[in-house]
Amino acid sequence: MRLPFDALTELLGPALLVILVGALATTASASNEGYFLNALVSVSVVVAIYVFVGISGVLSFGQISFVAVGAFAAGVMSVPVESKKGVLTSIFPFLRDHSVGNVPSLLLAAALGGAFAFLVGMPLMRLSGLAAGIATFAVLEITHNVLREWDKIGPGATTLALVPETTGALQATLGALVAIVVAFLYQRSRRGRLLRASREDPAVARSVGVNIHLERLLAFTLSGALAGFAGGLYVHLLGSITTEQVYLELTFLTLAMLVIGGLTSLWGAVIGALAVSGLDSFLSRAEQSGVHVVYTFNLWEGTRLVFLAAIMALVLIVRPSGLTGGREFRLRRIPWRGRWAGASPKPPG
Amino acid sequence: MSVLASIDLNTLGDAFGLGAIYALMAVGIGLVFGVLRLVNFAYGQLIMAGAYTLAYTTSWPVTASIVACFAVVVALSLAMDRLVFRPLRSSSPAVMLVTTFAVSFLLQAVALIIDLRDGTLGEVASAVAPLNQAITVGGVDIRKVTFVAVGVALGALVALALVLARTTIGLHTRAAASDFRTARLLGVRANRVIGFAVVVSGLLAGAVAVLLTVQNPFVQPAFALEDTIVVLVGVVVGGIDRLWTATLGGFAIGFVSVLVNAALPTDQTIFLPSVVYALVIVVLLLRPAGLFAWGRRAAMERV
Repeated sequence: MRLPFDALTELLGPALLVILVGALATTASASNEGYFLNALVSVSVVVAIYVFVGISGVLSFGQISFVAVGAFAAGVMSVPVESKKGVLTSIFPFLRDHSVGNVPSLLLAAALGGAFAFLVGMPLMRLSGLAAGIATFAVLEITHNVLREWDKIGPGATTLALVPETTGALQATLGALVAIVVAFLYQRSRRGRLLRASREDPAVARSVGVNIHLERLLAFTLSGALAGFAGGLYVHLLGSITTEQVYLELTFLTLAMLVIGGLTSLWGAVIGALAVSGLDSFLSRAEQSGVHVVYTFNLWEGTRLVFLAAIMALVLIVRPSGLTGGREFRLRRIPWRGRWAGASPKPPG
Repeated sequence: MSVLASIDLNTLGDAFGLGAIYALMAVGIGLVFGVLRLVNFAYGQLIMAGAYTLAYTTSWPVTASIVACFAVVVALSLAMDRLVFRPLRSSSPAVMLVTTFAVSFLLQAVALIIDLRDGTLGEVASAVAPLNQAITVGGVDIRKVTFVAVGVALGALVALALVLARTTIGLHTRAAASDFRTARLLGVRANRVIGFAVVVSGLLAGAVAVLLTVQNPFVQPAFALEDTIVVLVGVVVGGIDRLWTATLGGFAIGFVSVLVNAALPTDQTIFLPSVVYALVIVVLLLRPAGLFAWGRRAAMERV
């Protein structure tokens, strides 16, 4: 694969931005660091969703199932063996008597997420449009129901606690970078281009021999693996997790991040995740410590959500193609100066 | 068969009751989808607003309370169309859907603020609660609301069918639903048709608000959220491209959920969502354009 300068900027833009956020996290105070780490983990989740939804153009509400599987796999397998007997009483003995370290738990999360996505995707990738959206949503419901009620594979409806909090600034940044690099390599590859072609015009793509079912299944599996990996990062960030934290709200929030950033570009996924996380952090700071936006709202609980939802709706109404217009990061040549200057591309219209 | 033995008349009554309510919601969602091609995720929050209105007007006469509920829901429905749907008319389906997520969260957050003014979460809408009493029919206790729900659903559907079949606005709506651009070229006024669909869908949401608060008078910001999600699934499973298949889909998912719940062993009912959604996946794989969509359309969605 040739990587001309233009292609490299497509990678360097998102990567440098993520490194910058990671660097900011190390300089932030202990109470603020969490916001930056959360934003970085959001980037991994949204990039994972982008790999399937953005490139294939098929809406999926199911990618958070793979985040959930990854989070609980990494979580359950990295609680220290000596504490497991007390915390996870009804779990299968095999799971109870074994634990793994931080990096193996992340790899396990990615492997399980990918395997689950492959199994689910084999039948479901025949669908498109709303039917695909609803079928993947059904997967989310089933995953949540089983994780919540079957206490032999995890904590069931209780909180999974005592997970080592290994996702610091370094791991969050590296994790987001891994997701971005994988997504970049995939979308520049032959397979990624075939899938993109099928998004733009399924009939023409099929007529030149693209096997849409296969291409979608590959992307769905890759997206599932990245989502599982992001779930692992997430559980190691939180230290404790319930099934509700990787369910509907996270699904809607991460999809909103992707659409707000710009559905069809990696740059959009990264920008959307960082912009919405940043806004959310700013609003919760404003709510807690009295940085009044409008002073009366400060007294009530839940105003953060009012503003967050209103601003998200407003952005979508004003810029339906997203903040980046769905285009990749580019350095544009300014002809009269004859050198390169950084600029994010203008949206169409 | 033990599965059939566990389904008695009581369960059938509940199944018809829930199916009827879901059918009404399905019409409300399907009608707006027909003219706008927009899946309104925030439909449940219209119902929630109606339920809160019923709760806050509990001291009023029942009729006044119900009228207020309808007024609030229709006004909110129109406002939603004007402020959100209209600017989004030319956007992609994904953008429209995600925007209605945001609207849904916005309305829930606002409801939470209003609700928490008295320091406790949730309000009780008790004015219409007497409908929840049971009456005995042939030795079986069936709740009055079941009859009301089935009656309201049938009445509303027949009335809507007549309006769609016999009136000018109904004709225009059907034309717009099958091909909006051509309908506009032939003189159908877009805003009138959309306004009609939005008002009717609001009226249906009002009716559903009344029926749901009878069964569950405890109103909180997430009221009707889960029902809306289930109905959205049912609408797509039934076939969202046509109003009647969408309605049947809504009815079917309510009806089947109650029956599956009764058929599952008691200690397994926690897995009810898994069973229902597994059925959903099977149906979607076999009939991607919708369970009730027959003919050439049925094969179209398949890759």
